[in-house]
Amino acid sequence: MKLHPERKLDVEGVLQDLATYRPRRRGWSWRRQEPDGLELGPFHYKQVSRPLAHSIPLPAAKYFGGIDPQAEMVITTEIASGRFEDDLRRMRMAAWHGADHIMVIRTAGQSHFDGLIEGTPEGVGGVPITRKQLRATRKALDLIEDEVGRPINFHSYVSGVAGPEIAVLFAEEGVNGAHQDPQYNVLYRNVNMVRSFVDAAVAKQLMAWAGMLQIDGAHNANATAREAWKVLPELLVQHAINCAYSAAAGMPKELIALSTVPPTAPPAPALWLDLPYAVALRELFRDYRFRAQMNTRYMESDTREVTVTHALNLLITRLTSADVQSTITPDEGRNVPWHYYNVQALDTAKQALAGMDGLKELVRLDRGGPLGTKVRELKERAVLFLEEILATGGYFRAVEQGFFVDSGYYPGRGGDGIARRADGGVGAATIVPRDEDYLAPVCEHFGANHLPPGSNAPCELIGGCTLCHPDKIVYVDELDEDDNAAVRLAAHAEHRATGLVRPEVQWYADGIVTVRLFIPAEPRTAQFAALAACERLGLAELEVINKIVAHPAEGTMVDVRGKVTFDIDLATLKVPPERPSLSEDAIRADIAARPMAIVAATVGEDEHSVGMREIIDIKHGGLEKYGITCHYLGTSVPVAKVVDAAVETAADAVLISTIITHADIHRLNMRRLDSICREKGVRDRLLLVAGGTQVTDELARECGLDGGFGRGAKGLEVASFLVAQRRARSR
Amino acid sequence: MTQARHDDFAQRRLALADLPEAELEARFWRLAGELVAPMVELARTHTSPSIERSVLLRMGFSGDEARAIASGCVDHGLLGKGAGHVVWRLAQARGTSIREAGLLLAAGQAWDQATALFGGGRP
Repeated sequence: MKLHPERKLDVEGVLQDLATYRPRRRGWSWRRQEPDGLELGPFHYKQVSRPLAHSIPLPAAKYFGGIDPQAEMVITTEIASGRFEDDLRRMRMAAWHGADHIMVIRTAGQSHFDGLIEGTPEGVGGVPITRKQLRATRKALDLIEDEVGRPINFHSYVSGVAGPEIAVLFAEEGVNGAHQDPQYNVLYRNVNMVRSFVDAAVAKQLMAWAGMLQIDGAHNANATAREAWKVLPELLVQHAINCAYSAAAGMPKELIALSTVPPTAPPAPALWLDLPYAVALRELFRDYRFRAQMNTRYMESDTREVTVTHALNLLITRLTSADVQSTITPDEGRNVPWHYYNVQALDTAKQALAGMDGLKELVRLDRGGPLGTKVRELKERAVLFLEEILATGGYFRAVEQGFFVDSGYYPGRGGDGIARRADGGVGAATIVPRDEDYLAPVCEHFGANHLPPGSNAPCELIGGCTLCHPDKIVYVDELDEDDNAAVRLAAHAEHRATGLVRPEVQWYADGIVTVRLFIPAEPRTAQFAALAACERLGLAELEVINKIVAHPAEGTMVDVRGKVTFDIDLATLKVPPERPSLSEDAIRADIAARPMAIVAATVGEDEHSVGMREIIDIKHGGLEKYGITCHYLGTSVPVAKVVDAAVETAADAVLISTIITHADIHRLNMRRLDSICREKGVRDRLLLVAGGTQVTDELARECGLDGGFGRGAKGLEVASFLVAQRRARSR
Repeated sequence: MTQARHDDFAQRRLALADLPEAELEARFWRLAGELVAPMVELARTHTSPSIERSVLLRMGFSGDEARAIASGCVDHGLLGKGAGHVVWRLAQARGTSIREAGLLLAAGQAWDQATALFGGGRP
């Protein structure tokens, strides 16, 4: 299989022949920062990696030759809609927008599932992580990385009560990174703490063998605490516990990453809290890697507000450092992320990182001012925290006493931390001592292992383990004949085959759309008026998802989510052919080689001048910008007079603007222009173009002109059209 | 549970106030090391059903097969021997492949023999 940019991913094809599919590599892939930077378009970039073979640049890239600078750090996107077959398509979109770390969230409840799940059942808020799902996803990502020309890291979670098994699965199936932090299990999933730590060591050694990047779970304290900035000393402690434990379990430090989040968000004076923390962390953990996460704690429903917070988070990244920059979709505060919000979050990161390229060469952090004082204070508070844990009798005792996720600013305490019992929680009393003859005849097994004397490799006893002989892996396809990807795909196979299309945000043809309305009424009235309007638009299952009050009496903006219940039939859909457009440079070169003049006017009894000015004025990027000589005659000019002026000035083209449509006057004006030119015998040497809010290209050509431009047309499009037409005529 | 406590950082920090930055950081890491050491030792000397299932997966059993074998080991007091160890010993005793021996155990068979191989297991 190979992907073609103009064709959709063949999801059914991906699901075929999985029993024999093997990942092409294992281990994490970093981007390679270009040591001397890169020249891209008119600019020099410093913190940059090689551009992609295929990508979608930022919208403003068109002003700079279409460049798409890719930052030096790995960029993450989190994808999990519950149906992994739909997620594969989104992964491809994300890769085109710069993601090379795809993090798949697990379905709710998997961390308490004591064993492995098989097949491809539908998930809630994530997908069930299974061998088949991993293998199919890795296979799709292998295709996608070939398409974009950059390795893509696949990531999920080694946590819960089946951590060691999941770690084996990930190592076998080419998963490149994973969250692994026993503290996360203990504090947030109420997994027994002894079980969690004992299991973690085994999982960590397997991850180390597979070269996976580990990300910890400390940032969850930040996302849980009411006043997130107060948990900073504790966060340093949590990071230290997982780092020290992982290193002791055999992980190389360069594959141990801290998951760190700027703890607060505006209207807090965020940098005063976020920057000292970021600096303290990077100084204390200088041997480790950093995964910079974006703030989720104070996210609500407004995607604009979230995006600004996340841009500030990226400022922290550029002022300090990050090896992996995570992105959070701006809709995460209101729903499981949608396709285009993954894209938006990635673009936010790309845009901000490019905009702040090389920032540290321009500004320097003032370690001697209040920043240094705060950094020092955080480190001291963290040391005091560690001392008190040890004085209490160790980590387990401290958790039992509720030391963690407390709302106080340590050593202050709110007395409201999460307390767990060492003999309680899921999986309690399941740990047993390894006997003196304990044996595990497999490779990469952490801990005491009493192999017979003289063995070279542990798995020699059994003729090889799956890590050494992947052909020994047992592949299970599906266990549930109703709840699986093939059944879900078959349900809409006919829909796809017949060329029907329906809007979607996460699942195939889910029909979800949003409508944004401004209602000039007080907020609550506005909300219900917006719902009533959407009901009359024919949308189903309506829900208000966001509201911004512009003024308590003057009005409120309301975002409504709804469902369309119809399909668009592509077989009968009329798609007008696209006008080919030339680049600005090509237009300029053409005009320079062969000058062009035009005559322009608003015709008839019509005083509208704004549209035509937009098209010709240099300050609006109009025709003058490309060197075209423009004779503008004004408004309410008779059509015959325009033609006379064109003849007198030996113009190449006539542009008329016709806005008023009363009694079809716009059609009449266009027909008149064509017929007068014919009468005067100049039709062949003049290009005739009309524009106006009710003009379309089809209508203008129907009326005998060469082309028409409607609402929103730009000078560049008209210039491109004129040059292309002139070229075509001279041929 | 801990009690609420006011932020007495100003007093508590006195012992740290004069430490140079590098020594403060070294103390942080020394304490972190002391904190995790007993847990690492616990992990080195203990096992769990999930750990044993992870061994069985690496021996070429499916998730469901591994679950059945490991829970059999728990029921028969053999988890401390290592589930993979049990399968390996049984295969040797019966002269079968690892996979055949494991599937027998997964099907609930041959547990008496397996237990006997380890001197009766733990009750």
